[in-house]
Parts: sequence; structure tokens; C-alpha cells
Amino acid sequence: MPKLVSNRRRSGRWARAALGAVMLMLGAAVPAGAAEPIRIGFGMALTGALAGAGKAALIAIQIWAEDVNAAGGLLGRKVELVYYDDQTNASKVPGIYTKLINVDRVDLIVSGYGSAVIAPAIPIAMNYDMVFMSLFGLATNDDFGYDRYFQILPAGPEPRIAWSKGFFDLALSLDPKPRTVALVGADAEFPRNAMIGARVNAERAGLKVVYDRSYPPTTVDFTPVIRSIQAENPDVVYVASYPPDSAGIVRAVSELGLNAALFGGGMVGLQYASFEEALGPLLNGIVNYDFWVPEPTLKFPGIEAFLAKYQAVAADAGVDPLGYYLPPFAYANMQILGDAVEAVGKIDQDALADYIRSHEFETVVGNIRFGPGGEWQKGRILMVQFQGLKDNSLEQFTRPGTRVVLLPEDWRSGKLITPFAKARP
Amino acid sequence: MSDLFLSALASGLMLGGFYAAVTLGLTLAFGYLNVVNIAHPAFVLLGSYAVYGVNARWGVDPVLAGAGLAPLFFVLGVAVYSLYQASFEAREDESLRGLAFFFGLMFLIEVGLILSYGVDYRLVSAPYIGPTVALGAVLLPTRMLVPFLVALAMVWALQLYLARTFTGRAIRAVAQDQQALRLVAADPVRIKRLAFGIAIATACIAGALLVVIGPVEPSMGRAYIGRVFAIVVLGGMGSAGGTLLAALVLGLAESITSTYYGPSWSPAVAFGFLLFALAVRPAGLLGR
Amino acid sequence: MRTRTYVALAAGLVLAALAATRVVGNDYYFFAGYVVLQYVVLATAWNILGGYTGYVNFGSAAFFAIGAYTTIALIRLAEVPLYLSIPAAGVVCGLIGLAAGYLTLRLRGVYFAIATLALAIVLETFVANWDFVGGATGSIVMRPKEAPLFDSYVKFLFCVMAALAVAAVSVARYLETSRLGRGLAAIRDDEQAAECSGVPTLRLKLLSATLSGALMGLAGAPFPYYVTYVDPPSAFNLDYAVNAVAMPMVGGTQTWLGPVVGALLLGTLQQVATVTISSELNLLIVGLVLVGFVILAPEGIVGQVRRVLARRRR
Repeated sequence: MPKLVSNRRRSGRWARAALGAVMLMLGAAVPAGAAEPIRIGFGMALTGALAGAGKAALIAIQIWAEDVNAAGGLLGRKVELVYYDDQTNASKVPGIYTKLINVDRVDLIVSGYGSAVIAPAIPIAMNYDMVFMSLFGLATNDDFGYDRYFQILPAGPEPRIAWSKGFFDLALSLDPKPRTVALVGADAEFPRNAMIGARVNAERAGLKVVYDRSYPPTTVDFTPVIRSIQAENPDVVYVASYPPDSAGIVRAVSELGLNAALFGGGMVGLQYASFEEALGPLLNGIVNYDFWVPEPTLKFPGIEAFLAKYQAVAADAGVDPLGYYLPPFAYANMQILGDAVEAVGKIDQDALADYIRSHEFETVVGNIRFGPGGEWQKGRILMVQFQGLKDNSLEQFTRPGTRVVLLPEDWRSGKLITPFAKARP
Repeated sequence: MSDLFLSALASGLMLGGFYAAVTLGLTLAFGYLNVVNIAHPAFVLLGSYAVYGVNARWGVDPVLAGAGLAPLFFVLGVAVYSLYQASFEAREDESLRGLAFFFGLMFLIEVGLILSYGVDYRLVSAPYIGPTVALGAVLLPTRMLVPFLVALAMVWALQLYLARTFTGRAIRAVAQDQQALRLVAADPVRIKRLAFGIAIATACIAGALLVVIGPVEPSMGRAYIGRVFAIVVLGGMGSAGGTLLAALVLGLAESITSTYYGPSWSPAVAFGFLLFALAVRPAGLLGR
Repeated sequence: MRTRTYVALAAGLVLAALAATRVVGNDYYFFAGYVVLQYVVLATAWNILGGYTGYVNFGSAAFFAIGAYTTIALIRLAEVPLYLSIPAAGVVCGLIGLAAGYLTLRLRGVYFAIATLALAIVLETFVANWDFVGGATGSIVMRPKEAPLFDSYVKFLFCVMAALAVAAVSVARYLETSRLGRGLAAIRDDEQAAECSGVPTLRLKLLSATLSGALMGLAGAPFPYYVTYVDPPSAFNLDYAVNAVAMPMVGGTQTWLGPVVGALLLGTLQQVATVTISSELNLLIVGLVLVGFVILAPEGIVGQVRRVLARRRR
């Protein structure tokens, strides 16, 4: 009996020591010294489905931190990034953000990439009343209504509808006016959302929907889908797809041909360098959404310098070598936060939220002002048409004229080639 | 409308042929050797990436690269089976652990690919990716046609091997009666190793076909686990011809559902079919 | 372990969990702890069918996800509170386990394993097309700010999961030491012999499958409140299936203690890795540990410890 008791006491001591060691390891070490760094925490998709873009976003954020520190830091303090891999998995997010806030004691937080990891973080941000700059989530704040949430996606108010509105506006500008539309999208979060908006826009534009189906993301061959669409002879075809399906659909359309006047709309992946390179001239004529392209109308201050820095490290890091899609917005997201901190003069979540809500910011992707719900006050989803692509070189995508901006009017840089088949040699 | 039907038929058959190529290795491993190799689709992905690497660096045609790399995969298969055999079968252990072994292996392959190539999608280029061949009113993309033809060749070659050669017949025998096999001076373990090596070699070629059809990324194999097992079970567990038939049925089911009812339900249709088949006729279509 | 000792231990753990919520202020440990306890339930549930009966389930993620989606469906239907949706999820998943078992348990074990894979895909497709619970777009569930008796809702969830873990392990332990458990062991060791000895194999297998499914559903039921955003890819994630297999394998499949040890070890390891190493190496861990243990220590940790103790006793 005595032996049992002493064993328990010994094991208790070990347990406490172990717990202490673990807490020490997990706890943040505050550096001794003059000015403590400003720590910004976030989760980011470094593995999992969105890791390609996630890693690119991380590079952009790191470039921002370097730029800021080179210029003296924020409020005279160095900026330090604390981040963890969220594996593109929503269930990791609550743990990561509570650790960042409670254990690592970061001063500021920003989001990871994509709705799946932004939504679970919002309640935590709300719990601690922290400002939450978010990177590309579609309508993620709709259910929460958090007033300190800000979204760098240039969707504007009514994001689901804004996504495809430009496409349907272009459809209406065609002569003769189109009458029918086919809608097709993947069974996944973003495409489903985009399709909801597309249906609304189709109705508002007075177009008859002759095909409205979705496909599972694991679909290998798209020839049956394209054939079914072609059988209905739609004037306009709107597609909401993710990267592998986008490539599959582009290939199937090239192989089978399509008689539509307008094709494209919400195809994710056609903005990535790897797909552009592989598909090359097969992309000609597709009208798709984009956020930034190297057209003369979009030369915002600082964007070229940023892209130069990004491209210098991108190739080795195994991420998108051009970096036109997500990285500039990840950079701009941080620019806004940094500018707000400098303007307010201290780390005060209330004051920062008020400042961001009420001011216009100059960023590498243009001037941004936030409206209700944290979305851009005025959306700026570009409708871009691939034109004049000759081969599979990546270089042609860096020159203006290959992705011509058609809408919004303020940034237009060329004319629409229609019907779809006309743009393809 | 009948044009649409013929097109759906053609698409389904070509897709089914490709599925057969992917499943052949599992027919050998599971059907003949009773090794539940869940990692088989992961090996196929490994093949895809190997082919991609060769195609991107030296511009070698993907199918040729697949065939050229197959011997390497054969060696890999032999190695994996030896490890499996020493750890489980020699100890006469439960197939439970074997399953867990392959599960872990699948994960390791996936992580290995992610560490080496990242998570971005990879595509290959070849002259037959893009053009179409017209068969009457039906347009057949050569991107699907070439894998279909290669798959048919694979099935035919395997069938021939299993029927005509000594080692081939030994493989068929090893599932039925190991003792009898020993009596004809064939070492069962050596035969099984050979069979598993061939299985993984076919995975390499199937991987080449996969990356021809579309872009690949490391975790894609998971979507195929269910498909390949469904085909093996439906195909009668150890019949190359049965595998082909079952694969064609699956391909047709997916294609017809896709064309007429909307693609969302095709996975459910295919696997509901399997569940029903398992419940009613476990010996498959051309049962053993 | 004597029943009295076990009951004391179980009660002690629940009290410890409650005490922790008073003493530890930092919410992070409860978020992390919730996941580990969730895996204790999943691993224990899996082991009932896998370790005790010898039938491998690769579709654990499906049962977990259906548990979560039952909660979501009930919230959307009638704002049903958690304490009702937990048993509801158990019932739903138990029925699914029964149905799947009825379809396939008359066949060899291997066919059952494949069928569970197929089932997972069918269920995921079904849920992805069911707009009422959000479909492929996903579903947002608001986590209540307040919880009865606790300062934060997470602490409440943590205690709920601790209670579920104790319940699951208790069920497993009871099953193991009962006549039913011996019947299951007979099936695992040699089903034909068991059948010949008069063991009602089909009935026992169905019971095992139902119980296993039900417990997995319980693990999934509070998940929507934990994560607040649920969509099919995250709920049906293969990680759940792999961990549900790996944890009992690592811990030991013969007794109720094995899955607990495996879940605590692997689960904690993964939680720590998420916030330290934090890269692809995370996935490497599960794979290496699983393969390593399966090859080198097939009886798991518990089995190895027992062997060492037995040798020492001599």
C-alpha cells in the first residue's frame, strides 16, 4: 500500500513538470529589449487543397513585413509574423486562432485564404473584439454581420451577384441580344455561391436558362457535360469551376467546339500561371473574371515594384511564378492594416476598426474604401477576355493585350470579340 | 438526340477503359493475391508525377514514359510486397494490419509527392492532347481515345500473360492452391512478389494515362479508391476481362447519368450500384 | 482493472475536466483538448467493430459527418438544442450502421471494408446535394456566446466531449467483459468456428456495427458548434477515417484502453504539431507512425506494455 501512494506522488510531480515544460514551449517568449515587435498572427493554407495560393499569399505578406520593417516598422516597432498551417481544414482554425490570441498573444490577426478557413475564425475574432482583415472569402460575413470584418476581395456589396454581374452585362451588350443561357458549375462552395448569383443575374437580364446543372468535383471527363450543353444551343454559357475542372472544361470545349456568343464567367484557375501556360491558345475568347491583369489601365502605384519582388522568390518557392491573382491582394490587405495602425497611433482594436471603416486607402491594387458588412463599397470584379494567345509561353501573359479588360468601364482596355469561336484561330 | 446518346456511349466507354487500366493492378493484388492494396491509386498518382517529371524535363511522350518507367515501378512493387510479406503474411497475421499498412503507405506517398512537387496541378503536353477524331456524328477527343486504346492493350496483354505463360498461370494458381504450386516447383512467395511487382508496374502506365486525360495533384488518388474497389468487386475479383467489363459499366453509368440526369449524382449511382451488387451477388459479374 | 476502480477513474476524469474549466483560463487548451477527446470517442467506436469483431471500417468519416449534419439539420428544422441533437445523432448513425451492416456483413470482412468506403462516398454525395443543410456551399452554425455554468461555450463543449468520451469507453469496456464481448472475440478469431459453436454471428456483428456507428455519430454531433462552418469536404475528411484506424492500431486493439492511449498520444501529437512544425510534415507523422507501429508493434502500445509486465511478473 505505501508503495502505491509514493508512486502516485512521484507521477504527480512528473506530470506537473511535463505540463510546465509544454506550457513553456507553447507560450510566447517575449523578447527583452527596447521596443517590442508588433506581432501579427494568422493561419494560412500551406498544405491541403488551397496550398498553392496559400503559399503565394504568405510570400506576399512576408514581403509586406520586410517592406515595412525596412522603412522603420510600424509605430517605430518591428513587425513580426506568427503563422500556422491550417491545412485548408476548417476544424484546425478555432485552435489556431485561440492559440494566437491567448497563448502567443499577438497584437493583430488577419485571416487565411478562402471561405472555409475564414468563417470559423470570425466567431473567435468576435469573441475578442479584434479587427479581422480577410483574404478572399465569398459572403462569409453574411451570417455573422461582424462590424470589424473587412474583405479584400473586390466583390463589393452583394458579392454573390456581383461575381457574375459583369458577365451578364456583357451579354446584354451583344448585338443581336442573346436569349438563352446555360449555367454549369462544380458541387463545391465557391461555384455553388457563384451559380446562385448567376441565376439572379440571368433572370434580371431576361435570359432563359436552358441548362442548369452541377457536376461533382472529381469528374474526370467533361465531354458529356459540354455535349449536353451544346445540345441546348445556348447563346451564352456561364461556368463556375475550380482549377482542375476549369482545365478539363477548356479542353473539352476546344475538342468539341461551342457555338455560343459568350463563354466563361467564373472559372477559377484560369488566372494561375501553370494553367495559362499549359492551355495557352485554348484560352482565346474565354471571358472570365479576374482581379488584376497587367493592362495599362491598371498600373497602380507600387504594384510593379511588388510584383518584381514577388517574382524574384516565387519560382524557387514552387508557387505561381507570375503572382497576379492573389498575392497583390494579400499585400494590399496588410497595407490597409499597417496604414490604419500608423494613422491611429496605437494598437487599439476599436480605433482601428473605426478608422478602417471610415477612410479610403491607397494600395497596390488601387484605392479601396469599405462599405457595409466589410465589403468594398464599390466592387471591381474585372471581366477579362483572353485574346491573341499564340503559344504556350508564359511570357505572353506578362504583356498587355492578352487579357483585355472589358468591364468595369473605368478600367476597360480593349474590345470584346464575339462570338466565342471568332476569337479562336 | 440519338447523336447525344451515341456521344454519351462513346465517352462512357472511353472513360471505362481508362478506369480498367487504373484497376488492373488491383485486380492482380486483391483478386489474385488477396492483398488489399488501398494505396493502389496513390501508386498511380506516383506514376503520373514520374511521367510528368520526364515529360516536363525531356519532352518524352507521356505514354512512352509510362512504359519506360514501368520496370522501376515493378522493382518498387517487389520491394513493397517483400516488406508486406515479411511483416504480415509470414506472421500469419490478420489482414486488418495489412490494411492499416497500406493506409499508412497511401498517406506517405501523398505527402512525399506534396513535398517534392507541391500541391499545384501538373499537366503534360503531347500531340494527341487537343485534337478530335470524328466517327460519324460523334467527336472523339484523342485525349480520351489514346488512353482507351492503351488500356485495352494492357488488359489484353495481361490476359494473355496470365493464360499462356508459366508464371502467369502460377499467379492464377497461387490464389487457389499454394501447396499444389509448390509441387510444380514454383515458389509461391516468389510468384506473389512477381505478381505484385506487375501490379505496381501497371499502376505506372495507368498514371501516365491519368495525367494525359487531365491535370493531377497529390491528393487526387483518394477519389479513385472507391472506384477501383467497386470495379474489382463487380468484375469478379481476379479476372482481367471481368475488370474491363465492370469498368466499362461504371464508365457508362457515369457518362449516361452525367449527360441526362446531371453529373452531381454519378458518384452515388456508381457506388450505390456496388453496394447493391455486394448485397445481392458478391461474386461479381463474371464471378470466379 | 476492477469495475470499482474504473468507475472511480471515470468519475475522477469528468471531475478533472470540470475543474480544468475553472482553473485554466486560456481557451486554446480547450479547443485542442476537445479534438483529442473527440478522437478518443472515434477510436473507441471504431475499435468495437474493428478490434473486437475484426471488421475494418474505412468510412468512419461518414458516420462522424452524418452526426454533425444531424445536428445541423435539427438546428435548421427547429432550433433543436445540443443535448437533444446528440442522442438524435447517435440514433441516426446507429441506424446507418445497422443498414450498412445488414447489406454487407454477411460477406467476408474485406468486402465490408470496401463497402464502407463506397458508403462514405455515397453519403458525401447525398449531403453535398442536400441544400437544406447547406449542400456543397457549407453551413454556418453560430456558437452561442454564453453557456450554462461555464464562462465560455468552448469549455462547455469540452466537458460535453469529456462526458461522451467516458460514456463511449464505458460502453466499450462493458461490451468487452460481457458475454457479448466474448462472442465478438470468437467472431474475430475464427468466424466459421464461432458459427459452428452456436454463436449468433450475424446478430452480434449487426449489434457491433450499430453500436460503432452510433458512437461515431455522438462524436460528430457537437462538431458544428466547435467549428461553426461545416461543409462536406471538411466533415467527410479522410483524416477522420485514417485516424480512426491508426489510433487503435497504435494503442492496441484488444482492449478498451488501447484506443484511449492511441487517441491521447496521436491526437495530442497532431495538435502540438499543428502549432509547432506546421507544414506538410504533419501528414508525414500519421503515416509513419501508423506504418511503423503496424509493422513493428502489431499489438500496439498496450499490448507491448502487457508483454513487458508479464515478463517482469515471471
